[in-house]
Amino acid sequence: MLSTSTVRVLAALAGAEFRRYATYRQATFAGAFTNTVFGFVRCYTLLSVAAVTGQMAGYDPAQLVTFVWVGQGLLAVVNYWGQQELPERVRTGQVVADLLRPVDLMATFVAADVGRAGHAMLTRFVVPVAVGLLAFDFYLPAHAWTYALFAVSVLLAVLVCTACRYLVALSAFWLLDVRGAQMVWLVASGAGSGLYFPITVLPDWLVLALWVGTPFPSLMQAPLDVLVERGGTGHGLLLVAGQVAWVLVLVALGRVVQARAVRRLVVQGG
Amino acid sequence: MAKPYSKLLTAQIRSQTQYRFSFGIDLFFSTVLTSLDLVTVWVLFSVNGSLGGFGGREVLLMVGIAALSFPLADLAVGNVERLRVFVRTGLFDAVLLRPLSPLVQLVTMDFAPRRAGRVVQGTVIYVVALLNAPVQWSPVVWGLVLVAPIAGAVFFGAVFVFFATVAFWWIDVGEISNAFTYGGKDVSAYPMTVFGGWFRRFFAYGMGFAFVAYLPALAMLGRPDPLGVPDWVRWCSPLTALLVAVLAGLFWRTGVRHYRSTGS
Repeated sequence: MLSTSTVRVLAALAGAEFRRYATYRQATFAGAFTNTVFGFVRCYTLLSVAAVTGQMAGYDPAQLVTFVWVGQGLLAVVNYWGQQELPERVRTGQVVADLLRPVDLMATFVAADVGRAGHAMLTRFVVPVAVGLLAFDFYLPAHAWTYALFAVSVLLAVLVCTACRYLVALSAFWLLDVRGAQMVWLVASGAGSGLYFPITVLPDWLVLALWVGTPFPSLMQAPLDVLVERGGTGHGLLLVAGQVAWVLVLVALGRVVQARAVRRLVVQGG
Repeated sequence: MAKPYSKLLTAQIRSQTQYRFSFGIDLFFSTVLTSLDLVTVWVLFSVNGSLGGFGGREVLLMVGIAALSFPLADLAVGNVERLRVFVRTGLFDAVLLRPLSPLVQLVTMDFAPRRAGRVVQGTVIYVVALLNAPVQWSPVVWGLVLVAPIAGAVFFGAVFVFFATVAFWWIDVGEISNAFTYGGKDVSAYPMTVFGGWFRRFFAYGMGFAFVAYLPALAMLGRPDPLGVPDWVRWCSPLTALLVAVLAGLFWRTGVRHYRSTGS
C-alpha cells in the first residue's frame, strides 16, 4: 500500500516538523514550565483526597503521583490543544494545493504530528516527569515490560488524538468556522480522558460507557493505567488492544469523511 | 476623557456580536468549558466528602469567590495576553502613537464579550455558596462579601498584566503566564491546606493566591487559618490586591519604556 518513496516523503515531513518545533526553544521551555506548575497543583489536590483513606479510586498515593506527573508530561505529546492549520487552509481554499500533492492529506497530517510528538517526548515530557520524580514518591513499574507496553500505548494515544483532531479539522469542509466543533472536542476530551482527574472516580456505568463508547480514555487514561500497572499486565494488554481498535475505527472514519469532504470541495475559479 | 475608550469598546462589542449564531455558540461553550473546573472540584470533593479538612459548603464558598474574581479579571484585562502579538508584529508602535493609555487601548481593542457568560456563572455560584455556607453575618462581613470578589479580580488582573509584560523581553514565553493566571485560579479555588511544602509557601503566601478566596472565606466563616496565619491577615485581601496592582503597573511602565519596535 505504501511505497518506499511515500514512506521516505512522510519520514522527511516528520523530521521537518521535529526541527520546526526544535526551533522554538523559549516556547518549549515555557510550556514545560507551565505543565510543571499544574503538575504541583493537581498532584497536591489528588494526594490530599487520597490522604483521608490512603487511596483514591483504587490508586495508592505513589500511583497518583505517577499518574499526575506522567500525565502532565504526556499532555504536550498527546497534543489536545495544538494549533490547527488545516481548518484555516480549508477556509481560505489553500487546501487545494495540499490535495494536488502526490501524498495523501491524512498521511501528511499524521506524519507531521508524529514528528511534533517526537520532539515533545524528548523535551516537554522529560521536564515535568523529572520534577515529579525529584519532588514526590513516584510509583515505578514493577515489571520491565511495562515500560515497553507504555511506549506502545503512548504511540497509540498520539495516533488516536491525531485522528480525532483530523476529524475536527475536516469539519471545516462543512462548517468553515470550526471553533464550535473545537470547543466540543476540548470539553469532551478534557473531561473524558483522565486529564483533570482519573476517570475511575466517576460512577462505574459512566466509566464503562467512556471506555467502550468514546476514544477519550485512550488519549491519556490508557497509557497512564498501563504505567501504574492498574489491574496487572493482562489489563494493560486489554487497554492497548482497545487503543488499537480505536485507531482502526478513527482512521477508517477519517478516510470516509475525507473522501466526502473532497467531493464537496468547490474550487472558485479566477 | 473616557469617551474614546467607550467608543472603542462599543465598536468591539458590536463587531463581535455581528454573527449572532457564532457568538452564541462561543458564549455557550466558553461557559461550559469553565464549568469543567467546578466539575473537577466537585468530583474530587465527592470522593471523601471533604477537601483539605473543609466541608462542602466551606469549599464551595472558596470556589465561589475564585469563580467570580477570575472571570471578572479575564473579561476586563484578559486580552492583555495578546500583547506578544503586538510586540512581535510591531503593531505596538501604532498603540504608542495614539494619545491614549497603551494598556487601556490594548484591553479595549480586543475586548471579548463572550467572557461575560463566565461572570454570570461565577456570580450564581458565589450567591449559592453564600446562601448555604455558615457565614457569620455582621456589617464587616457584609463589606468583605462585596469587596472580596473585586479584590480578587484586581489581583488576577494584576497577574495578567504582570506576566503579559514579560513579552517586551521574551516573546515566546507567553505560556508561562498561563501557569500563574489559570494555574493561580486553580490554586485559589482550593483550601490552602490541600497544598504542601515550598509550593504552598511560594504560591499561596509568597505570591498571595491565598488572599484571593481562601483567607476571605475563612474570615466570612469566622474560622482561624489552620496553617497559623494571624486572624487579622484574613481581612487583608483588598490591601494585597492593591499592592500587587501597583507592582504590576510599575513593571508595565518599565516594559513599555523597554519596547524597541521591530525594525524594518
